[in-house]
Amino acid sequence: MTPELQQIVYLSFILMLAIFLGFELIAKVPATLHTPLMSGSNAISGITLVGALVSAGAEQTAMATWLGAAAVTLATINVVGGYLVTDRMLAMFKKKSSGGAQ
Amino acid sequence: MSSAVIINFAYIASALAFVFGLKMLGSPATARKGNALSAIGMLLAIVVTLLDQQILTFTWIAVAVLIGSVIGVLTARLVAMTSMPEMVALFNGFGGAASLLVGWAALFGGEASSFVAITIVLSVLIGGVTLSGSLIAWAKLSEKMPGKAITFKGQAFVNGLIVLTLVLNAIWFVQQPVGDSVYLYAVIGVSLVFGIMLVIPIGGADMPVVISLLNSYSGLAACAAGFVLNNNLLIVSGALVGASGIILTNIMCKAMNRSLANVLFSGFKAVKTSTA
Repeated sequence: MTPELQQIVYLSFILMLAIFLGFELIAKVPATLHTPLMSGSNAISGITLVGALVSAGAEQTAMATWLGAAAVTLATINVVGGYLVTDRMLAMFKKKSSGGAQ
Repeated sequence: MSSAVIINFAYIASALAFVFGLKMLGSPATARKGNALSAIGMLLAIVVTLLDQQILTFTWIAVAVLIGSVIGVLTARLVAMTSMPEMVALFNGFGGAASLLVGWAALFGGEASSFVAITIVLSVLIGGVTLSGSLIAWAKLSEKMPGKAITFKGQAFVNGLIVLTLVLNAIWFVQQPVGDSVYLYAVIGVSLVFGIMLVIPIGGADMPVVISLLNSYSGLAACAAGFVLNNNLLIVSGALVGASGIILTNIMCKAMNRSLANVLFSGFKAVKTSTA
């Protein structure tokens, strides 16, 4: 096997296990948590920021730097906005449930 | 220890934070802590990535992170509680766009092998569909455009044509993967059109389900970008979001007494019922 092929097999193993884990993680979720869960996992998909950081700073070509910088901006909005919005939703949810208990 | 080793060990910790964060988000008692844990994982990943020796200049990174953070904080703070779902759609679209750009930028890093070229096409394609689909979902929910399903005669045929164009251009691009390839531009353009076509035939009440599905797509786009860059953390987190997003979409469908296929192919079904 060539090194690249080995790398592909190795990455595919990781992919397969992560997909299976993702399937198993979400089982019974109460309906009130659907939107916060969606929003919270949306923030995680902003992880592409990690890739964008390298593109923006690697000084390859001007075009790559521009694309990378645009990607960093968009992904940062996704990450920062995503986590904050989720937290706001969950804060409201907590108030509601404690109000109901009283 | 080299920086690459430190980065990769930190990435394992980040991946763990995402896994437990997602798990905790599924239960009311732990949801808020789960979100915070996942945010800490993200912060750790970002900070250690800055140690990467490929990064030579921090000017553009600093400017871009600052702009993104300000916009993110302001929109998250100022948005009305009632318009949260469309905000999620908009953020999701940005995430998809970022994966598109990361895939594209990778083309300028030197010669791409066929495998890398295929993963670049995938990240660009899924990222593009996520971007335009999310923008349509946002526009529908915020009533910037009519919320009801938009269907027309021959929609299935047009969609088929779009898929064919995408596949052909993707194949041509993979044969000659360069940064200014017209085929790549075609894939970007057509995937944006495809995202629009996927979401317009879906009506207002189904929109949260569609956003959840698009969220899953943005995870897959990040996962594809991970293959492009050979980055384990992107692959793991992207796959986690992609898979859990599909399950959540399914759960949301069940809560509405609909099947996932019913929502996925509602465009084609809507055409059938409207012509029948």
